[in-house]
Amino acid sequence: MIERHTLSVLVEDKPGVLARVSGLFSRRGFNIESLAVGPTEHTDISRMTIVVTVDDLPLEQVTKQLNKLVHVIKIVELDANASVQRQLLLVKVRADATVRSQVLEVVELFRARTVDVTPEAVTIEATGTVDKIAALLRNLEPFGIREMVQSGTIAVGRGPRSITATTGRA
Amino acid sequence: MTTATPRPGPVPGPPGPKPAPPPGRPGHQTGGSRTEGSANQGSANPGSANHGTAGQAQPGRRFDAVPMTGAQSLVRSLEEVGCEVVFGIPGGTILPAYDPLLDSTRVRHVLVRHEQGAGHAATGYAQATGKVGVCMATSGPGATNLVTPIADAYMDSVPVVAITGQQSRPLIGTDAFQEADITGITMPVTKHNTLVTDATEIPRAIVEAFHLASTGRPGPVLVDIPKDVLQEQTTFSWPPEMKLPGYRPTTRPHGKQIREAARLISAARQPVLYVGGGVLKAEASDQLRELAELTGIPVVTTLMARGAFPDSHPQHLGMPGMHGTVSAVAAMQKADLLVALGARFDDRVTGVLSSFAPQAKIVHADIDPAEISKNRRADVPIVGDCKEVIVELLDAVRTERAERGHTDLAAWWKQLDELRETFPLGYDWPPDGSLSPQYVIERIGQIAGPDALYTAGVGQHQMWAAQFIGYEKPRTWLNSGGLGTMGYAVPAAMGAKMGRPDAVVWAIDGDGCFQMTNQELATCAIEGIPIKVAIINNGNLGMVRQWQNLFYKERYSNTDLGTHKHRIPDFKLLAEAMGCVGLRAESRDDVDRVIKQAMEIDDQPVVIDFVVGPDAQVWPMVAAGTGNDEIMAARNIRPLFDGDELVAGVDEVSAATAEVHEESAREESER
Repeated sequence: MIERHTLSVLVEDKPGVLARVSGLFSRRGFNIESLAVGPTEHTDISRMTIVVTVDDLPLEQVTKQLNKLVHVIKIVELDANASVQRQLLLVKVRADATVRSQVLEVVELFRARTVDVTPEAVTIEATGTVDKIAALLRNLEPFGIREMVQSGTIAVGRGPRSITATTGRA
Repeated sequence: MTTATPRPGPVPGPPGPKPAPPPGRPGHQTGGSRTEGSANQGSANPGSANHGTAGQAQPGRRFDAVPMTGAQSLVRSLEEVGCEVVFGIPGGTILPAYDPLLDSTRVRHVLVRHEQGAGHAATGYAQATGKVGVCMATSGPGATNLVTPIADAYMDSVPVVAITGQQSRPLIGTDAFQEADITGITMPVTKHNTLVTDATEIPRAIVEAFHLASTGRPGPVLVDIPKDVLQEQTTFSWPPEMKLPGYRPTTRPHGKQIREAARLISAARQPVLYVGGGVLKAEASDQLRELAELTGIPVVTTLMARGAFPDSHPQHLGMPGMHGTVSAVAAMQKADLLVALGARFDDRVTGVLSSFAPQAKIVHADIDPAEISKNRRADVPIVGDCKEVIVELLDAVRTERAERGHTDLAAWWKQLDELRETFPLGYDWPPDGSLSPQYVIERIGQIAGPDALYTAGVGQHQMWAAQFIGYEKPRTWLNSGGLGTMGYAVPAAMGAKMGRPDAVVWAIDGDGCFQMTNQELATCAIEGIPIKVAIINNGNLGMVRQWQNLFYKERYSNTDLGTHKHRIPDFKLLAEAMGCVGLRAESRDDVDRVIKQAMEIDDQPVVIDFVVGPDAQVWPMVAAGTGNDEIMAARNIRPLFDGDELVAGVDEVSAATAEVHEESAREESER
């Protein structure tokens, strides 16, 4: 069954590692829904969070292919129910004096934040799950979205365990 | 069966999974006389490539911060890691490395004529010996010319290390002269690659490259080194520590899976051992034979595995796949169990996947977990080195048979034997009286024998060489299976001869393939590498012509090379111009004479122009896009697989089938 899967990929922080990972997805015919990269608590290890929408079987194949990349240290699939998953959104909404209060009400309802205000527009910052961000955007759309930018999803498993604690540093 | 070809030894650093070198190995031989500039010296032995002696890093050699240049560090690293021979061409950015190479007595450099030749030679060397093949090129076009052989080695899992020069660090990214992003370009076709940006990292880069290339599932690794890194002063320390936290190949199979496989093997009524190139790479031929003889199970060997199991063995059904034997293809189609050992369910073996071996349970053993269930779901997946897998299977099967017995395979063999007798491999002599290409290849195999090494290009001659030469020993059949690289034969034969100087090496080539890489004959003549080349000259791009004949209404678009019509080039004269002996055979009576003549020449490369008919075709054939049940034993002869019984019969190819073929032919890019 086609589902959204969230993969946490620990990689060596080496030049070109992002190209190796993203290139592998495209040449093996897999679509990346979102990808986010950043440092971890270990200086030489980066963490990629990759969201893909695929069947279980191709997911197994792409995980195995990823594992073959020498710079990939570990791959963990994070279950949506057992992990915290967040996206960051910055969106510039048309908001003059007549509708500004309505826009700010939406911001309030979604527990988003206003980070910039001008007479014609407000810029809003929001974090949340993919669904929450989508819902926020649906509610802002009627006012007129002038510009928006979104980060890929980042995710971390719930509970005390750490996937980076035992990264098999050789 | 003897295999005088040791695995690549462990490189310094963390121990690899491969066995340690045999004790009492002599150290590196000092190189034989370097033969630069000594054209046509005709030395029978290609210099310093002492087969089965060097090729191992000498344990205990330690160096602590010896001052030298990056280039010297590179050459020293190659020496210490056990590299005996480098195939390459110098150029601007790799120039610094060639200076210390001139003084090396342990690494011999073979100056090729084209970088593609260097890459295939390294592959041929590696496939013939099991050691890592090394090629070297300059930046830009030198490096991009290596892309084809690197991709070739990647598809066939051959341990090759490619070393390329790169523009100096400050110039990288500026579109400088002869700059190419070769690590970017080769990313999809290498097991790994790296750009070295610090001269102190050179020894580690080389050790890691050799380790990655030769362990786990072997493959090509490219090391790109900027010119200023080669030039800068650095220090050389040995052995370097490898830092590969993400690289941990699994070689030891899981015991539970082995027991489950043994249970299926003992209970199966119609099992087949489906043997791939992984068995050769794991040096597991002896163990495979033991397993086959213990269980009595029929064996098929893929194009990449020819020689892994003796062709003369009564349990060997031959090659499966598009041009496999009817009995091998039928056995897989009818099997209730396929035991895949180091094979990857390639489309050329399976035909249309949905109708491949429909009743078979699958035991799939491979060292690469990503191969398992990639194309066909495995019922019992086993990740591990083929030798370790087979050794453990032997134990488990013995236990299983002792405890629970095993099924009798007599009925299965009766079916297969009938097929084997009804549809043996064979060929007809062309009705126009021209020379039969199959006959030529068959005679080469019979005269040169099973101790010789055979390389092939890609096309009809490759398939005939796979079908009509009897392979008895591992690493005697070298070809481009996965990528299907025309032009592979001559440079691969050169590399194989460097690695196995005492063996007779035949390149079975087509006239199309030969014209792609024959410049390496000059290399062979000058460097004293006496290979033998048989050009199966049918004047055409034969395999393409066969498809045009079958699927394009005999419209022969751009397949006539003119080598018959105009005798351009004249291969005999071309050979002589390259410093080789040129021979020609045009009739049946000439064949044995010229082959024997070639066998007697051991101080010069020999090229034989076998002028054969253009109409011979490769049979049996499963047309691309059809299922294996559609196999045709010969033109218009289709064994029928009827229900549970294998009924051999003759059937006209229906118009519908022809249509399917035509459609698939359009989709199929030609080999």
